[in-house]
Amino acid sequence: FDVSQSYKSHLRNCVNSGIRGSYQYSVVVSSPCFSFDCVVSSHSYLLNPFTILSCVAKSTCGLNNAVLSLFILSTVKGNVLLSAIFLSLATYQSIYPLTLCASALLYLMQRQYIPVNFRRASFWWFIVQYAFMYLGSLFVIVCLSFFLLGSWDFLPSVYGFILSVPDLTPNIGLFWYFFAEMFEHFRLFFLCVFQINVFFYTIPLSIKLKEHPVFLIFMQLAVISIFKSYPTVGDIALYMAFLPVWSHLHRFLRNIFLVCCVLLTCSALFPVLWHLWIYAGSANSNFYYAITLLFNVAQILLVSDYFYAFLRREHHLCYGLYLKRKDGSEATLVLK
Amino acid sequence: MAAHGCSYSALLLIICSVSVFIVADSQDTSLSGGHHAAAVEDNPQAATEAAGKTSEQPAVEERSWEATEVEEATLHEAAADKQDTPAPETEAPSPVPQPKDDFQEELVIRPLHSGDIYASFQFRTLWETDFMSGNKVSHYRLFPKSLGQVISKFSVRELHISFTQGYWRTMQWGQPFQPAPPGAELWVWFQDSVTDVDGTWKELTNVLSGIFCASLNFIDSTNTVQPSASFKPLGIGNVTDHRFLRYATLPREIVCTENLTPWKKLLPCGSKAGLTVLLKSEKLFHSSFHSQAVHIRPVCQDWQCKTTSWELRQTLNVVFDLHTSGQGKREWSLFKMFSRTLTEACPLASSSKIYIDITDDPQGELFELSPATPLLSQAMVLGDRRTFSVYDLTQPVTFGTVRSLNPLIRWKSSEGDMLRPLLHAERYVAGYGLQTGEIHTLMYNNHPYRSFPVLLLDTVPWYLRLYIHTLTVTSKGKDNTPSYIHYQPSKDRLRPHLLEMLVQLPPNSVTEVTVQFERALLKWTEYTPDPNHGFYVGSSVISSLVPSIVAMDTNITMDRPLFSSFFPCKEESSFFVRVYTEPLLVNLPTPDFSMPYNVICLTCTVVAVGYGSLYNLLTRSFQIDEPSPGLAKRLANIIRRMRGVPPL
Repeated sequence: FDVSQSYKSHLRNCVNSGIRGSYQYSVVVSSPCFSFDCVVSSHSYLLNPFTILSCVAKSTCGLNNAVLSLFILSTVKGNVLLSAIFLSLATYQSIYPLTLCASALLYLMQRQYIPVNFRRASFWWFIVQYAFMYLGSLFVIVCLSFFLLGSWDFLPSVYGFILSVPDLTPNIGLFWYFFAEMFEHFRLFFLCVFQINVFFYTIPLSIKLKEHPVFLIFMQLAVISIFKSYPTVGDIALYMAFLPVWSHLHRFLRNIFLVCCVLLTCSALFPVLWHLWIYAGSANSNFYYAITLLFNVAQILLVSDYFYAFLRREHHLCYGLYLKRKDGSEATLVLK
Repeated sequence: MAAHGCSYSALLLIICSVSVFIVADSQDTSLSGGHHAAAVEDNPQAATEAAGKTSEQPAVEERSWEATEVEEATLHEAAADKQDTPAPETEAPSPVPQPKDDFQEELVIRPLHSGDIYASFQFRTLWETDFMSGNKVSHYRLFPKSLGQVISKFSVRELHISFTQGYWRTMQWGQPFQPAPPGAELWVWFQDSVTDVDGTWKELTNVLSGIFCASLNFIDSTNTVQPSASFKPLGIGNVTDHRFLRYATLPREIVCTENLTPWKKLLPCGSKAGLTVLLKSEKLFHSSFHSQAVHIRPVCQDWQCKTTSWELRQTLNVVFDLHTSGQGKREWSLFKMFSRTLTEACPLASSSKIYIDITDDPQGELFELSPATPLLSQAMVLGDRRTFSVYDLTQPVTFGTVRSLNPLIRWKSSEGDMLRPLLHAERYVAGYGLQTGEIHTLMYNNHPYRSFPVLLLDTVPWYLRLYIHTLTVTSKGKDNTPSYIHYQPSKDRLRPHLLEMLVQLPPNSVTEVTVQFERALLKWTEYTPDPNHGFYVGSSVISSLVPSIVAMDTNITMDRPLFSSFFPCKEESSFFVRVYTEPLLVNLPTPDFSMPYNVICLTCTVVAVGYGSLYNLLTRSFQIDEPSPGLAKRLANIIRRMRGVPPL
């Protein structure tokens, strides 16, 4: 809830710094009490059925989520050292949080009023500082593991495992069936494509959302949770916990009903089709795989829908809520 | 005329000299061959002269090919001579030069209580040469050249390979003379001089695959293990560094005529004379159990064990079923079993015998054996003193007037109880569904008052992920902690699980070992063409020194039948037993094999949906949508632009 609090304060600052029109205010403040929003956000994580499921499975996902949440908290509070340490801890557990580096940098620079300009020395100096802290703590943690184990065998076993996907146990992601049915000749190529896909959105998203680093963090978390090699429902629970923070975007969401229905249906059908395939033997792997596809499509729609709503709200903040065409009639906004 | 006469005499002289030269050459060849054979004889007694001999060996190498043929012909006659005066090969040093290679063959027939009949062939070739000091041998007589070259090239100390079709039912048939698991099993001890054991193992399996026409090339690192306590060497040798031991089993291997033919070719008489004429595949494979094996090991030549020789044992065990081969009648004869009778012994054999087990019928009231034979022999086999009627095929009187031998066993009554085997094991998979399961191994100790330890060896393929924390060993309902556990976890696609335990079995009890596992989903190319048949898990091996009821005689110098001298034993009151459990058949979840292209397309579509929506949102911005004018207006605008007039 600290995140939502700080974000709301940021919005208020934006409004107070002179964006025109009183009707903008209705856009900005949609809920009467900020603390209520924060409580909703924390409850949406703790009471999320996905979180409960990952706890029942005794998965270490909760620890991963905790470290990521601590990272976000320390970033929002402006603590550069703690942010670097928690990010290195999160990267040490699985490689993908590496992409959150850019968003953390953007937020911290914004907070310290360092302009994001490639020609400024202060920009590069801050990046060097942060990179030093981040890489230094990562190096320390890896060396601690080496001294604990006595050899470097853990590097291919942990990070090589995440990157090369040798184990094809069915999960809710896209990788397992894809690599189970892959032609051997193309395996390395598609492996590289899928892994690059996760890291690839960092730079475009950072450029587009450089003034909104908190939303960037949310987008990165969502992209990691959908496209990582071994996703679990615990990762989904983490980014879904952020959705109440952007409750003011609800009026701009287009597909929310469809997405909710699909997510609920898929979550209900996952165990049914698993049982039919593995235990009853009356279905085969294609059934479970289809639900996996549908679930991931719904997640992608959800995330892109929120992105659309966010961008649209920014546009309305700049140009007004009720737009008119040249001839005075009501206008429709499209992406061009 | 004189010139003609001169030329004639010169021609005659040339012809005579050439013929003399040829004769001298052949005599020289046989002489040098004999010289070489004498040199080989001297070798074991004067190993230090081996270095000197190697110099003359390359010189005679070229001639040794012919020498071989000549030698075999002379040996044939020599063997015929030797039949009258058999010289036992385990005598103390005698002035008579010992036979260089020795070949013995025997057949043991044991009627079983269920009406089936168990026939076990053993062929032993002793080869006196010494590989350990690094001699290069090029002279092969009775020992097959293919195996000799394998031993020398891959520095093998011991080699044991078996091909089995069927599962040995211990509770109905008792203990076999040479146990073997279903499928193919290969275990090899390499010599200390081998530097890269894994590479040598790979080459060895491929070469053996060619020699035996079997698909042993499927043996790779995913089904090879290095047992740490089981499979101690059966021959002489005091080195027990288990780095030089490799064990692999192929439970899916099928045995057929293609494997029997090269196996028969390794025998000195081939399939032409002696007991091997009985080995015809159409009858042999029409049986409940059929197992052929090759065992190579170094053995002592005499009591003091000053010199070693190589022993090649080829064994073939077959159990004929009462109903399928016996037509339901409890009457067995050689002709009924093998559709052949015996007419002569193998001329190259120093001993050729048939043993019929008559222990259960001392007075002759249970079954009747004809033709009668005066020879009787007693031997300690598998902890029990058993009596055998012996037919000596090297004596022409055995064959009688009809010049063929066809022993007939006719059962008169079907009473009698079988001696319960002291050690027995079973294994099965429990659980339901394609995700998890549980392997149960049961070991029965049927001794009334003695407990003894057993060594259990389990090799589980990597795609069944064992949860070793769920391993439990219980006897009589209570926990039974093993005194020694060696576990090597598997690595995906690299090596299997290896579990070895030393468990003490309490008397008259059942010990159950359970471990849970999870099944993995494999890549679609890693499944066999019949994936829904399942995947085989090799048999567990249970080795133990079982206390026997009768005291054993460990004097190894006495002339003993081959079947009782396979496993060396040091203790007087126990005998070595190896029991194999059933192989398991486990189903794994399968992907849909018809779908690779579809899966790639669909998954890439989903990724493209994500990429497309994000790309749209990242590269485009919001604009007010101006509706495009109607068709008439657009045409009018075009005409107006052409005229140079502002548009509508």
